[in-house]
Order: sequence, then structure tokens, then C-alpha cells
Amino acid sequence: MRTCLIVDDSRVIRKVARRILEDLDFEIAEAGDGMEALAWCRAAMPDAILLDWNMPLMSGIDFLRQLRKEPGGEVPQVVFCTVESGLDNIRQALDAGAAEYIMKPFDGDIIEAKFAQAGLL
Amino acid sequence: MKRADLDLIVALTRGRAGLKVDPEKIYLIESRLAPLARREDFGSIPEMLTALRERKEDRLAWALVEAMTLNETSFFRDREVFDYLASEVIPALARRRAAAGGASLRIWSAGCATGQEPYSLAMALDGRRGELGGVKVELYGSDLSERCMEKAQSGMYTQFEVQRGLPIRALVDHFEKQEEMWQLSPRIRQMVRWRRINLLADLTPLGQFDVILCRNVCAGLEDAARAKVLDSLSQRLAPDGVLVLGASETAGDGAFLPMAGLNGLYQPNPAARAAA
Repeated sequence: MRTCLIVDDSRVIRKVARRILEDLDFEIAEAGDGMEALAWCRAAMPDAILLDWNMPLMSGIDFLRQLRKEPGGEVPQVVFCTVESGLDNIRQALDAGAAEYIMKPFDGDIIEAKFAQAGLL
Repeated sequence: MKRADLDLIVALTRGRAGLKVDPEKIYLIESRLAPLARREDFGSIPEMLTALRERKEDRLAWALVEAMTLNETSFFRDREVFDYLASEVIPALARRRAAAGGASLRIWSAGCATGQEPYSLAMALDGRRGELGGVKVELYGSDLSERCMEKAQSGMYTQFEVQRGLPIRALVDHFEKQEEMWQLSPRIRQMVRWRRINLLADLTPLGQFDVILCRNVCAGLEDAARAKVLDSLSQRLAPDGVLVLGASETAGDGAFLPMAGLNGLYQPNPAARAAA
């Protein structure tokens, strides 16, 4: 079973995303900010990461840039999932190595479509 | 809703556009007509239908028929169709036209609702101009609904619409954000021409096309209307042209032959053409 790390400081968002991604046959881990997410990744790289942008301690974009420097950090396919919907944000995310980008609010269809675009389904 | 009201709706949609409407699905009918009744300043759907009977206003009758059409679509719906058309079918046709001295290739997306299908093709072809042997691709989009055509022409889509099927790279490459909406770049918008077309009307004046996409349109039509539309499309297609239906749709009774490679792709049957 493939693994997905959900990184979001909102417990509600994590719960909703978990339900959707479990239905898509992912085994789920959760982190509330970028630092916690890095700790998860250093222990075991997931196949996919659903990543919020604005979080305490370490933002999503800083996490992604750091992740790509870690041993094995090129492996996870990263899908941003954020309220940031400006083209500049999206370009930054793609430049940092994100595979796809979801603008909140989202639903199950959008997550499924974006994970399919990222080659994760 | 009264039986007479339902009968009027069914008669109008069937008679004018060949649409299949199940009078038992009252909720579906009400959900499609309620926004029209509000837009037209009627207090209820029955009030609108009474006015329609009394005034016999053609514009309102068409607005009702248009409201009953299913406008389900999304960018790159069934992604592999666009990849296959842009990488195989269209370049091959373009090379053939170029070899025969032709200068253009005409592609028609028939019944395209709010335009995501022809725009998806425009985006898919945008990076492949070099493979088309100098042949100019003319893209046309049509729908029964005037409102859909207006939206398609604007190239303006909601955040929800641009997240259904559109890869994020395509959003960055081809769209600009306009407050809460996303608008396609003028370059892509200018690649497609739009027209309101009823597929049951005489399509002869439209001329001939090299590729016709008519995906998931016939499924919503009565049997007789579906046969008429497929017959009309077969006459609009070049002898070596390609008809693209929905993956689960079939082209019926011998006017077309399925192509190898992908479900839903058909070519005119030479034997049927000779017989005609």
C-alpha cells in the first residue's frame, strides 16, 4: 500500500483529506507543520505528500525546499493544497518541485484528479 | 408539477433538440428549470410554463430547451483522447493534407457545452505546431446553448472548473487570474471560433471537417435524433476524417468503422459512402 503524508495545521482539513485519501488506498500519516513533516520524512519517505502552504514553525514551501535536499527527498510526489491561489505561489511551488497544486476549497474529485495528474493513481 | 406541464417540457425538448427527458425525474427537471424561471422573473416553473403557452414566445421556448441540456464537461476529460489526437491523429492528417497541397485542417467540437473540450485541444496542439507541416489548424466549438457559447467565448472559468482535469502546468502556461476567476490567454482563445448550433438542423452550410468531436452528446438524445445527428456528422466528415465519440458510445449502423488505438474513435465507412 502506498503512503501519503498529510501536512496541514488544521486538524479538520487533515481529517477530511485522510478520509478521501484512504478511499484512494493510501496509508496515511499526519503532520501539523513543516518541522514535524521533515521528522516523518527522515524516518521514512512517503510516496506522496499533500502539503499546506501557511503553517507555524515551517511553511509548506520551506519544507519542500528542505525536503529536496534530504537523502531520498526527491522521491515523494508533492501536491500542494492551500488557500494561496496566486500564479506567483503556484510558480514557486512548481519551481521547488511540486507535482501538482490544489487551491482550497477542495473535494474528493479534485484530490483524485490532481493525484492522477501527478501519476499517483 | 402537473402532467400537462411535464408533457409540454418533454414535447419542447424532444421536438426542438431531440433531447431524451424522463418525465418521471421531476427533481432533475425542476433543478434545471428553476434557475431559468428565476432569471426570467417568474415566481415558479408552472408560472413560466403558463406564460409560455399564452405568449408562445420562441426565445423563451429555446431558453427552456437549453436549460434542459446537460452541460457536464471538464478540461482534458478522458486525458488519453487529447494526447492521442494531438500526438497521432492530427499530425498524421496534417501531413496528408500538406502532401496534397492543402493549407488547413478543420476540427469541430460539437455540443461542447462551456468550451473546455476545444480549449483543451487548443492547449494540447499549441506546443505541437512544428509537427503539423505548416498546416493551419482551425478549431470550432458549438453548442445548442447560447449561454454556454457566451461563457466559452469569454474563456473565463471558476477555480473549481480549472481544477477538474487541467494539469497545473497548463494553468500556469495558459491562464491569467482575474479576481476570483481564471481566464484563458488571448492566444488560446483566438485559436477557437464559436457558434450556437442545433445538431438536428441542416449542417450542410458548415462545410467539411477533418475531425469532429461529439463526445457524450448523443447519449442524451432520443434514438431517432441520435441516428439523424450521426448521419449528418458522417456527411460533414472528410473521407479520411475522424469522428470522436465518448469512450462508451458507439457510432451505430455502418456509416462509421471503429479505429484501432482508442475506444470512441471512428472513420467513415467507404462502403457506406459508396452505397450513398
